[in-house]
Amino acid sequence: MNMDWYLVLSALLFATGAVGVLIRRSPVVILLCLELMLNAGNLALITFSRMLGDQQGQIFAIVVMVVAACEVVVGLGLIVAMYRRRIPLNVDDLRQLRG
Amino acid sequence: MEAVAFFIGALGAMGGAVAVIALRNPFYSVLALIVHLFSLAGLFLLLHAEFVAAAQIVVYAGAVMVLYVFVAAYVGNIEEPMWEPIAGQRLLAPLMASALFVELTIAITGSSLKALGTNGPTIPFGFGQPASIGRFFLERFLIVFEAASILLLVAAVGAVVLAGRRRTTAVPSGEPT
Repeated sequence: MNMDWYLVLSALLFATGAVGVLIRRSPVVILLCLELMLNAGNLALITFSRMLGDQQGQIFAIVVMVVAACEVVVGLGLIVAMYRRRIPLNVDDLRQLRG
Repeated sequence: MEAVAFFIGALGAMGGAVAVIALRNPFYSVLALIVHLFSLAGLFLLLHAEFVAAAQIVVYAGAVMVLYVFVAAYVGNIEEPMWEPIAGQRLLAPLMASALFVELTIAITGSSLKALGTNGPTIPFGFGQPASIGRFFLERFLIVFEAASILLLVAAVGAVVLAGRRRTTAVPSGEPT
């Protein structure tokens, strides 16, 4: 199977995740779309690893998975804390930090 | 045969990704992401990344998605208003993303990587299997491995601090929660 297809698929998945981050308002779904983008990056890394015949790309992908897991844990902790404080879970309402 | 497997995996991954951003209920979005992750694990297997594929299913589709399902069920359905703070956002976002996709595709196909347009080099036996990945982690990438462990520990402590904060601080009776 031609390697270009994997890379184009990874670009397509990344763009899909970007659309989700831009148009959705719920923080849970925005985190899910971040996962989509991270996974698209993982697919590209693993394709490069296969293309070069070098396993270091897979190490990169595993480290990306670790960082994604940390991001999920902290992000979901924030969402739960916001929900408990009755802060509206809508990213458009969370604009206190705007200058 | 490999092409058929690739297109099945690509269709699953793409369908899952589109379903994540199109479904209104966050709970269904999480389930669509699980489909996406399984398809992606299949693609990883095609690329001879056996260990990463197994970790993807066990860690991602298993543990992380359970966390998502729990939080999606805990906060319930969040209704998203149609009100747009930036005029035309729903129109501009897909435009921007298609521009991003075209740009990435041009960047990838225009790069002078030698393996583009080929099926990749022949790889040695054991490529991407746990033994060789583990050897990399414990020899060449030991610092990365330890840093990842510390990062996970800090994230776990941070999540406990974030989510369980009210119990540690004594809340006066009149304070709104």
